[in-house]
Amino acid sequence: MPARTGAQIFVEVLRSEGVDTIFCYPGGATLNITDCLCNCHDIKQIVVRHEQAAVHAADGYARATGKVGVCLVTSGPGATNTVTGIATAYMDSIPIVVFTCQVNTTLIGNDAFQEADIVGITRPCTKHNYLVKDVNDLPRKMKEAFHIARTGRPGPVLVDIPKDVTAAMTDAKIPEKVFIRGYQPNYNPHVGQIKRAMKLLAQSKRPILYTGGGIISSSASSELLKFAELLNIPVTNTLMGLGGFPGTHPLFLGMLGMHGTYAANMAITESDLIIAIGARFDDRATGKFDEFAPKAKIIHIDIDPTSISKSIKVDIPIVGDSKLALRKMIEFYEQEKEDFADYHRSIKEWHEQIEKWKTEYPLTYTRDGSLKPQFVIEKVYEITKGEAIIATEVGQNQMWTAQFYKFIKPRTILTSGGLGTMGYGFPASIGAQVAFPDRLVIDIAGDGSIQMNIQELATAVQFNLPVKVIILNNGYLGMVRQWQELFYGKRYTWSRIYSPDFVKVAQAYGAEGMRITREEEVEDCLRQAFENGKPTFIDVHINPEECVYPMVPAGAALKDMLLV
Amino acid sequence: MRHIISVLVENEFGVLARVAGLFSARGFNIESLCVAETLDPTLSIMTIVTTGNEFILEQILKQLNKLINVIKVVDFKDVDYVAREMILVKVAAENEKREEILRLTEIFRGQIVDVSPKTYTIMITGDEEKIRAFLSLLKPFGIKELVRTGPIAISRGDKTIKGKKEKGEENG
Ligand SMILES: Cc1ncc(C[n+]2csc(CCOP(=O)(O)OP(=O)(O)O)c2C)c(N)n1
Ligand SMILES: [Mg+2]
Repeated sequence: MPARTGAQIFVEVLRSEGVDTIFCYPGGATLNITDCLCNCHDIKQIVVRHEQAAVHAADGYARATGKVGVCLVTSGPGATNTVTGIATAYMDSIPIVVFTCQVNTTLIGNDAFQEADIVGITRPCTKHNYLVKDVNDLPRKMKEAFHIARTGRPGPVLVDIPKDVTAAMTDAKIPEKVFIRGYQPNYNPHVGQIKRAMKLLAQSKRPILYTGGGIISSSASSELLKFAELLNIPVTNTLMGLGGFPGTHPLFLGMLGMHGTYAANMAITESDLIIAIGARFDDRATGKFDEFAPKAKIIHIDIDPTSISKSIKVDIPIVGDSKLALRKMIEFYEQEKEDFADYHRSIKEWHEQIEKWKTEYPLTYTRDGSLKPQFVIEKVYEITKGEAIIATEVGQNQMWTAQFYKFIKPRTILTSGGLGTMGYGFPASIGAQVAFPDRLVIDIAGDGSIQMNIQELATAVQFNLPVKVIILNNGYLGMVRQWQELFYGKRYTWSRIYSPDFVKVAQAYGAEGMRITREEEVEDCLRQAFENGKPTFIDVHINPEECVYPMVPAGAALKDMLLV
Repeated sequence: MRHIISVLVENEFGVLARVAGLFSARGFNIESLCVAETLDPTLSIMTIVTTGNEFILEQILKQLNKLINVIKVVDFKDVDYVAREMILVKVAAENEKREEILRLTEIFRGQIVDVSPKTYTIMITGDEEKIRAFLSLLKPFGIKELVRTGPIAISRGDKTIKGKKEKGEENG
């Protein structure tokens, strides 16, 4: 191997990993690498306006494509600005690799200019992280970072590279294979456990599938569909699981949890067998732990053993990949069909009950002449037929989207589920648009959230990324206001917010700006925006005091929903 | 419940911080922690004493296993093991007490490792009970300072930590 600099090695490893896009922001410490990327036209380099956005964009790219998202930033403040993005990806198990540059090795620990101990800072919010002190370790550590990010339960990995390492010469080879003795994720589910699970299912009269982001990350949605249909099991999703099962399917109950549907929450409460797949019993999904699914036995399939029996004790734990486990269960069923005759007979009653719940309290809202956010989202769905990639911010906008947009395909929703990061959606939609220049990418935003990364308008304009941002403008930090309305005597302290004229803001950046104030304008305006080929803000003045229902108050049991 | 856990880890910079960080971030207790290189200099063994119910212990073991730098975790709950701790204790020792303390130390097979006109410093190793017994007998003389290593542990018989089942194999 001829000798190359660390910076050249960096580019070589990106190529060997098939990286076609990086989201980046320069600084003193990146310069060797930045310069090395000068003529690399095979790697798109999207320069953002804030490092947090670089990470969210890489994350959006990863969620939309299933590939590892990559970003590169400078030391010190560049590195610390990535932390929220990393924590967001960590909570949602999204594969990204974040490269931070660092001060020279000789200066580390000296409180040098723009030094931050980013490895120390991100230890608890990365799957793993590295400081590369020797250029000879650079290829191996970079390869390991990609490997760790994408395998097992995916997650963010950070690699911190001092500037002198990027200049140092090495003749080290790029390893073809990665072997890490302490890291061998277990994909294959235990056959005995699968059998036990299927025997339990055969005796069940009220089963339900409760599925999460694991279905998306293991690309198991077609297996899930097949399994649910073969066994006629109703399905509820977590927020992270949306798109993993068609939202239009008769077996679909909608999302469960705090803002889940009545049918989903009741079905969980009355079920005698929960099959949880790639979901982690998050408190927003389960409500009060002690009263979650009081009548049910629980089968839990997850790639991560720590997710199993963490908050809710399960009866049949199955460690492994969701897709492989579902395949095994389908196989078992096809061989032992006769054992399920009683099952199929008795499950009819369960479906009748579920139908009742669905018709008793469907997701709904009051049409009173004012402009309702739910109406806007329904229109977005009608126009796009579920084919768009939809990002959300956090708050009411996120919950209305989850409820009223029917996600029919995996990797079409980009939303910060675990951390609930306002400001995530816009840069994430930029990341997805870079990956799919020809698809329609929409961020459904709030007037509060959009301001957390509004500077990315410049990125969208500079790189011709025609992302559509639908701002559900209610003049409030709406979700906070909703809690204040319901639980704090309508004292709207801090939650009433002033916003600039979003149309003018968009125009000032060189993007399109539009405004909707009445129902009649919605369809035309959306259609126009979706076809204009430009980054566009659509400022939608919705009824300011609309609430998200149903709602399970924090700490209450799922069955104790507040309905409209 | 008190548990002794052995953790085989990469002998690398930052690993201790990862393990300690895991315990503090998740609110697990560490009663003591001992760590040093093994025969193979690329590996270290940590012996951790922790407390918690079954549920918490299960999470601790799984969370430790999940760390990339952790190669194996052994919970001595289901394994026959030997555990020993070493202490250094400085005790007031004047006049006729000196003789008495000396005898006590001999009975416990300890060693006087430092002497001053007014004190003895005693080194003693043993299991938890022996050390507790020794300290309670020493207490009336006036213990001035106590330093303990916390236990280290090893399984009995010909089993070794490297011979234990691989990480990732466990299921269910
Ligand atoms: C970074 C960050 N800060 C604070 C919060 C707390 N929070 C959750 S929802 C919300 C209000 C969001 O307001 P807006 O974007 O206008 O959305 P709306 O609820 O009105 O649709 C806030 C402040 C958060 N989730 N993220
Ligand atoms: Mg708002």
